[in-house]
Amino acid sequence: MRRTFPLVIAFIMGFVMMIQYFIPHPISQKFYKIMVQQWLIIISIFFYVFAWRSFGLYHINKIKRRKEGWWASVVAFVGVFFMLLAGFGDRIPGFGNFIVKYFNFDDLYNYMFAPLQATMFSLLAFFIASAAFRAFKARTLEATLLLVTATIVMLGRVPLGASLWKGLPEVVEWILMYPNMAAQRGIMIGVGLGMIATSLKIILGIERSYLGGD
Amino acid sequence: MLILLIIGLLEPPSYVRAYDRPNDGGGAIVIEWEPVSDTLLKGYEIFRRKAGEEKFRKIAYVGKGRNSFVNSIGIKDGLKYEYAVRSVGIDGSYSELSIPAPPVASYPQWFKKHKINTLLAIAIYLFLLVYFTQAAKGKELFIRRISGLDHLDEAVGRATEMGKPILYVPGISGMSDIATIASINILSPVAKKAAEYDTPIIVPNRDPIVTMVAQEVVKEAYTEAGRPDAFKRENVFFLSDSQFAYAAGVDGIMVREKPATNLFIGMFYAESLILAETGNMTGAIQIAGTDAVAQLPFFIAACDYTIMGEELYAASAYLSRDPKLVGSIKAQDWGKALLMGLVVLGSILSLFNIDLILKFFATI
Repeated sequence: MRRTFPLVIAFIMGFVMMIQYFIPHPISQKFYKIMVQQWLIIISIFFYVFAWRSFGLYHINKIKRRKEGWWASVVAFVGVFFMLLAGFGDRIPGFGNFIVKYFNFDDLYNYMFAPLQATMFSLLAFFIASAAFRAFKARTLEATLLLVTATIVMLGRVPLGASLWKGLPEVVEWILMYPNMAAQRGIMIGVGLGMIATSLKIILGIERSYLGGD
Repeated sequence: MLILLIIGLLEPPSYVRAYDRPNDGGGAIVIEWEPVSDTLLKGYEIFRRKAGEEKFRKIAYVGKGRNSFVNSIGIKDGLKYEYAVRSVGIDGSYSELSIPAPPVASYPQWFKKHKINTLLAIAIYLFLLVYFTQAAKGKELFIRRISGLDHLDEAVGRATEMGKPILYVPGISGMSDIATIASINILSPVAKKAAEYDTPIIVPNRDPIVTMVAQEVVKEAYTEAGRPDAFKRENVFFLSDSQFAYAAGVDGIMVREKPATNLFIGMFYAESLILAETGNMTGAIQIAGTDAVAQLPFFIAACDYTIMGEELYAASAYLSRDPKLVGSIKAQDWGKALLMGLVVLGSILSLFNIDLILKFFATI
């Protein structure tokens, strides 16, 4: 029963949603709105409660056991507390103005959270350099081909390439539009078919690993 | 005098027609007209009136480059409307109203006719899937080697030998993403193997629903392996729903806990290289799997093995060797062969100006 019930729900909902996709009638759209969008919002709210419980347990456990980097868990809690305070604080009677002035949500977001995110994102530039350094070692014929192609593409994408030879940007465009696009589309067609196959396998109950076990 | 001359010259659009927008849920009427070729033309004004009314009311203006408009505001299904259009000059002058289009009403439809190709493709694919999964029963079908999946056991074994945990990152997408479902399908046998070897598995999550599903899957895998007591719920946890906060958190885990094996399987975006490079620096064996074409080069550069594109969806069959699941891969191959055949045939026919197949796919 524990396995059958979810399989039956997946089968019914899978087929119903598949049919719904082909019906533009308002009845079908309303069904989609209620069954998917509204239910998903309701379910997500409950899942967020569980998720924050999971978050709390993980960090409490780290602090309790004084695991390496336990202080980072304290920072995580402090961050959550202040963001919650800034988000809801203006509704606390008597403290609203104080919180809006000193713990303004927009300020915390714009001057702390956003720069921290940007910092993480900017690490990507350094990581691209280190990954490229490893990938572009001409050890095999394929790696050498990659190295040569990448060098051409990189040169052709910057003004220096065009000043060396004005036909280079066109060569780069050709590489990107034909060999590169052909390979990408090959992968994408395979991915598309794989997605449909996985969806159908789940709907038909052939694929059950997502329920746990085989 | 000149203005009067312009007013006199500007012609109204001809052949104005209005029809119910096809394949929609009603509430929309399409208006089309023959464009006016005049250098002094600025655009067109569209007018509407209910059938039987005398006065037209202006409802929209479009620039001269357009010769159609979709009226989807203030339309009541079943009620008939008449439309007329007039030209507007660059100096603000305008022409007479065009001859009104015959009255038209909008209606909701019950089937998206332009999606018939999708329906047909699904039906063919469904037939292939059911046929091959049934035909595969009791047979051992050939499945080519997928090195990334072949080395999953080795990766788990390595972590066991080193006495270090396994880090499993199920991507940053939600449960509605098929790549995440495929990742969860791989998590199950990996967690089972980890339970058998008594190796801790850490699964940080970005999505609350994925967190709960991953917890259940890992718990079930531990139970199947006969080690329900070894399951630690706190090892499968919600980290953050912010993309880069999540990346920072996972990086922190890699640096502090130093897992011997990192598995990045699912849907990834810009954080893919941040994760994979940090893992590479810690010296862990890394296996990545994603269908995100843009992230594949990063994983190939930074990981030991990469499960590419459709291999991700074949993983469950590959690992379980269940004849029904392997049969579904054969159906996938047939689907691919069929598509390739159509692409080649469509290309050849296009050379002879026969666009039958091209049109069939173009309406998707």
